[in-house]
Amino acid sequence: MSVARFWRKIPQRYNLIGTRCETCGTYFFPPRSFCPACRREGKIVEHRFQGRGKVVTYTVIRSASEQFERLTPYILAIVQLDEGPRFTAQVVAEPGEIQIGTQVRSVFRRIGADGESGVIHYGTKFVPVR
Amino acid sequence: MRDVAVIGIGCTPFGEHWGSSFRDLFIQAGALALEDAGLSGEQIDALYVGNMSAGRFIDQEHIGALIADYSGLATRHIPATRVEAACASGGLSFRQAVIAVASGMEDVVVAAGVEKMTDVGTGASVDMLAGAADREWEGFVGATFPGLYAMIATDYMHRYPLTREQLAMVAVKNHFNGARNPIAQFRQEITVETVLRSPLVADPLRLFDCSPITDGAAAVVVAPLERAREFTDRFVRVRASAQASDTISLHDRADISRLDASVAAGRWALSDAGLTHRDIDLVEVHDCFTIAEICAIEDLGFCRKGEAGRLTEEGVTALDGDLPVNTSGGLKACGHPVGATGIKQICEVVQQLRGEAGKRQVPDAEIGMTHNVGGTGATVAVHILEVV
Repeated sequence: MSVARFWRKIPQRYNLIGTRCETCGTYFFPPRSFCPACRREGKIVEHRFQGRGKVVTYTVIRSASEQFERLTPYILAIVQLDEGPRFTAQVVAEPGEIQIGTQVRSVFRRIGADGESGVIHYGTKFVPVR
Repeated sequence: MRDVAVIGIGCTPFGEHWGSSFRDLFIQAGALALEDAGLSGEQIDALYVGNMSAGRFIDQEHIGALIADYSGLATRHIPATRVEAACASGGLSFRQAVIAVASGMEDVVVAAGVEKMTDVGTGASVDMLAGAADREWEGFVGATFPGLYAMIATDYMHRYPLTREQLAMVAVKNHFNGARNPIAQFRQEITVETVLRSPLVADPLRLFDCSPITDGAAAVVVAPLERAREFTDRFVRVRASAQASDTISLHDRADISRLDASVAAGRWALSDAGLTHRDIDLVEVHDCFTIAEICAIEDLGFCRKGEAGRLTEEGVTALDGDLPVNTSGGLKACGHPVGATGIKQICEVVQQLRGEAGKRQVPDAEIGMTHNVGGTGATVAVHILEVV
C-alpha cells in the first residue's frame, strides 16, 4: 500500500475514528462518507468508537500472503463494536483462547510494513477482555 | 429481446502450464470454440473476455485488444471488451455476450475467460486474490481468501449442523467427478481422510478444502437462437441470465453465512426462465472452498439453510444423485483459473446437455444451471441453459 494511501486513513486506523449518519443514527466503521440507507438525505459526521466489542466469527490464518507470513499463525476475526458496526481485524491471542462471542477491546499495534525499507503500517487489533 | 443460443464451446486443460503463456491459452480455447461452432473468425461480431488480474499476474492490461490481435481479429476491428468481477469475471463476460445478442446489437459473439496465475509465486498470488475483497479494510489487516471463507465456515458450523466430515465430502465428491473430466487439474479420487490429514490453511479449512491456483482459458460462442442452426445442430438455449451484487466486505453482510447475491441471482434466474428448482437437472456452483458449495446449494434455494451437508453425505449431490453438483469437478478438482471459471462452467453444462460428458454424463440432462461468485459474494452470476 502506497504511503499516501496509508497516510490518508491514519486517524481512522490508529484511533477507530469512523462515521455516523445523523439522519438515521447508524454508525459506520470502516467509515463511510455516504449513508447507504439515507443516501442524499443522510448527514455524515465523524465518530470516535470506544473500541469495545465481541467476536462475531474468526479463523486462525496458517498460510498468509508474503507480507503476513512471519505472523502466522494469527487470529483474524470479524468484530462487532458495541456501537453496532462490524469490521475485520486481528485478535492478539493464542488459538483456542477466543470463540464466537468473546468480548474484546481495541489495542494499537503494528499491522505490517510496505516491504523491508518502506513505511510501517500501524492500526487497530483486539485483545480478549479478561 | 431475442432468444440466445450457445453454438460452440472450447476449454484448455486446466493446470500449471509452465510452457504456455497467457496468449497461448486464450488462443487455444478460442480456436476450440470456433471449431466446435463450425465458424471462421470472419463471422465474429464482438468479443468479451473475463479476466481478473492480468495486470498483476503478468503485468499486462488492455486484454481485450491483446486477445483480438492475437486471435487475428484486429484487422477486422471488431469490438473487444474486458470484463472484470474478480472470480465472477467469466460469468459476467458470458452475460455481456448474451445481452449483446439478445438486444440485437450483435449476432455472433465470443465470450471468453482466461487467467495465467502461475507466473508468480504462491504468496504473491494469495495477495493478488485478496484484491477481490476490500483491500483497505480486509486485505490490509491480513485477511486472505481462505481466511474469509474460513470465517464463513466458523459462523456456519456454529449455527447449523454441519460436520467437519461432511465438509470434506464436498471435496471427495468433486475429486470423484474431476477424475472423470479430461481437462481437470486434479484427476485423482481422494478420501475424507485425505482432506482431514491435509494441513490447516485457515481453521477450520484445510488444504483440500481449497480450490487450487490454476492456469487456463475457456471460450464459448453465442448467437441468436433463430440463426443457431445455420452453424450447428448441437446448440443449447440460454434460458436465463441473472447477476446480483452485495457488499464488497464479508463483515458488512446481513448474514455472514448467506450469500444474498446468490439468493437474488438464483431467484431472478428461475423466475425469468419460468422454472422451479425441480426442473434443474444439474448445477455447476462456485466451490472455491468446500463451505462455498454448501452455502451455494442452500442460497440458490435447492434446500433449506443447514441441510446441504446432510444432502452431500447422502449422495444427493453426487454424479448419480438427484441433483448432481459440479460434475466438472468444480473449482476444487477441475481447477480455478479465476477469470476462466465462469466460462468453463458454461462449457461443462453445455457438454452435459449435448450428452457429450463421457464418464461423468448425467443421463437425460435437459436443463442445467451455473453459479459464479466474485469475492466472498459481492458479485454473483447465475445462468440457466436448456436443450432445445
